[in-house]
Amino acid sequence: MTQKSVASSVYEWVDERLGLSELVAFARHKTVPVHSQTFWYYWGGISLFLFLVQCFTGVLLLVYYRPGAEAYESVRQITFVMHFGWLIRSAHSWSANLMIFSIMVHMFSVFFMKAYRKPREFGWLSGMALLGLASVFGFSGYLLPMDELSYFATKVGLQIPVAIPFVGAAIANMLRGGPEVSEFTVQRFFALHVVVLPALFLPLLGFHLWLVQRHGNAAPPSVEALPPEQRKSMPFMPNFLRKDLAMWLISLNILALLASVFPWTLGKPFDSLAPAPAGIHPEWYFMSPFEMLKLLGFVFSGKYAEFGEIAGILLFSLGIMLWVLIPFYDTRKPTGQRARATHYFGLLAIFALLATTILGYWTIR
Amino acid sequence: MSEEVNFVSIVEENGERNTRRAFLAAAGAAGLCYTAALAYPIYRYLASPEEMALSATAVTEVLLKDAQKIPAGSVLMYKFGTRPALLIHHQDGRWISMTAVCTHLGCTVQYEAQADRIHCACHGGVYDPYTGANVSGPPPKPLTLYKVAVGDTGVQISLT
Repeated sequence: MTQKSVASSVYEWVDERLGLSELVAFARHKTVPVHSQTFWYYWGGISLFLFLVQCFTGVLLLVYYRPGAEAYESVRQITFVMHFGWLIRSAHSWSANLMIFSIMVHMFSVFFMKAYRKPREFGWLSGMALLGLASVFGFSGYLLPMDELSYFATKVGLQIPVAIPFVGAAIANMLRGGPEVSEFTVQRFFALHVVVLPALFLPLLGFHLWLVQRHGNAAPPSVEALPPEQRKSMPFMPNFLRKDLAMWLISLNILALLASVFPWTLGKPFDSLAPAPAGIHPEWYFMSPFEMLKLLGFVFSGKYAEFGEIAGILLFSLGIMLWVLIPFYDTRKPTGQRARATHYFGLLAIFALLATTILGYWTIR
Repeated sequence: MSEEVNFVSIVEENGERNTRRAFLAAAGAAGLCYTAALAYPIYRYLASPEEMALSATAVTEVLLKDAQKIPAGSVLMYKFGTRPALLIHHQDGRWISMTAVCTHLGCTVQYEAQADRIHCACHGGVYDPYTGANVSGPPPKPLTLYKVAVGDTGVQISLT
C-alpha cells in the first residue's frame, strides 16, 4: 500500500466512528462576514489564545508553587532561583492582564455591533459570566505570591462585601478563612484559582464557543440591512482561520516582549503588622469600581457614610444587571436600525470606566 | 506562437512553485525558531532542581558535628550530597562509613547491629558492614566506602 492510501484508510476508519467528514463539511461552509468592522471579530480569538497561555504557564507555575505558609518563599524561588522562572511568572501575569483587556474589547465590540440580539442572547450571557469568572481569577491569583501589595489589595477587596447588610461580615470571613488575611486565605484562594474556577470556566467557554459555531458571527445592523447580494463574506477555512492565527502570533510576540522587557516584580513578604505601603491601588481592571465606590463615599460622608456604601454597591449591581440583561430590552428592530438609547448607554459605560480609571490613577500621586 | 505562450506559462508556473516552496521553507524555519525559543526556557525551568542536585552531588566532603559521640554498636544516617549514607561505630571501636543506596535498585539500606550486617529490606540484599562487600541476595556491586576522620568536635567524611 502506498503512503497515501494508508493515510486515507486510517482517515476512513476514524471517520466512520467519529464522523469527521461532517465537521469538515461544516468547516468548509462556514463563512465570516466582511465589512468595515471585521477587525473586531479577532478579539474573541485573541482572548481564547491568552486563556490558553494562562493554562499553560499556570501549570508550569504549579510545578514549584506551594500555597499556605510557604507561598511567598516558593514564589521567590520561582522568580529568583529556578531558570527562567521569572519569565514564566511574568508571562502568566502579563497574559492575565492582556486577557482581561482583550475580553473587554471583545465585549464592547459585541455590544456596539448588537451581536447580543436574537438568537445570540446566550452568547452574551455566557460571555458576561466568563468575564465575571475571569475577574475572580484575577482577584484570587493576585494574592497567591503573598507579597505586601497582594496582601493589602486582598485585605481591601474583601472589605467591600462587609458593607452588605446582615450577611456581609460572614461572607468576608468565609472568603478570608478568618477575620484576617492569612495563610488560610492564600490556601483557599489557591483552591479557587486552580480547581474551582477552571472547573466552572472551561465548560462555560466550551458552551460559548459552541454557540459561535452554531450562530456564526453577527454582522452589525447596518450590514444586516443590506440586500444579501451586497453583503460580503470570506470562508472561515482557510481565510479567516489564517488571519486568526496571525493575530495569535502577533499576540504571542507582544506578550513575549512585555513579559521579558517588563518582568513582573515581587514585593517584600507581607507583614501583618506593617502599615500599608504608599500609593497602594487595585489592579487597573478593578480601579474603576474602586474609584466609583470611593466617589460615592465622598458624596455620602459623615453619618450617611454607611448608607453611601450600601447605595454604592446597589447602584453598581443595578448597572451590571442592566448591562447583562441588555439582549432582553434591546431587541431586534424590524427595520434593522440600531437603538440609539442603548448605543448611548454603551458610550456612557466606556466613558465612566475610562474617567474613573484615570481619576483613580490621578489621585494616587 | 502558441508554443511561445506555453513556454511563458510554464515559466510562470515554475516561478510560482518556487516562491511557494521558499515561503513554506521560511515559515517552517520561523516555526522551528519559535518552538526552540519557547521550549528552551521551559526545559531549563523544569530542569532547575536537577541542576541544583547536580551541584549538590559535587560535594566531596561532609563534616558531621558531634557525630563522634554516637555509642559503639550504633549507626548514624546522614546525607552525603543528596544521597543517604551510613556512619557505623562498630563494637570493636572501628568507624566505617559508606553510601546507603543499594546497588541493586536504589533502596536505602540499614545497619542491623544484632546480626552485624547491612540489610536491604526491598529485595533482601545483604552487605558486609566493614567492607561494604555484597554478601548475598541480588546486589551486583559492593557499597562505596568513604574515608572517616574522627575529631574532637565531629566526624569528617570524605571521598576515598
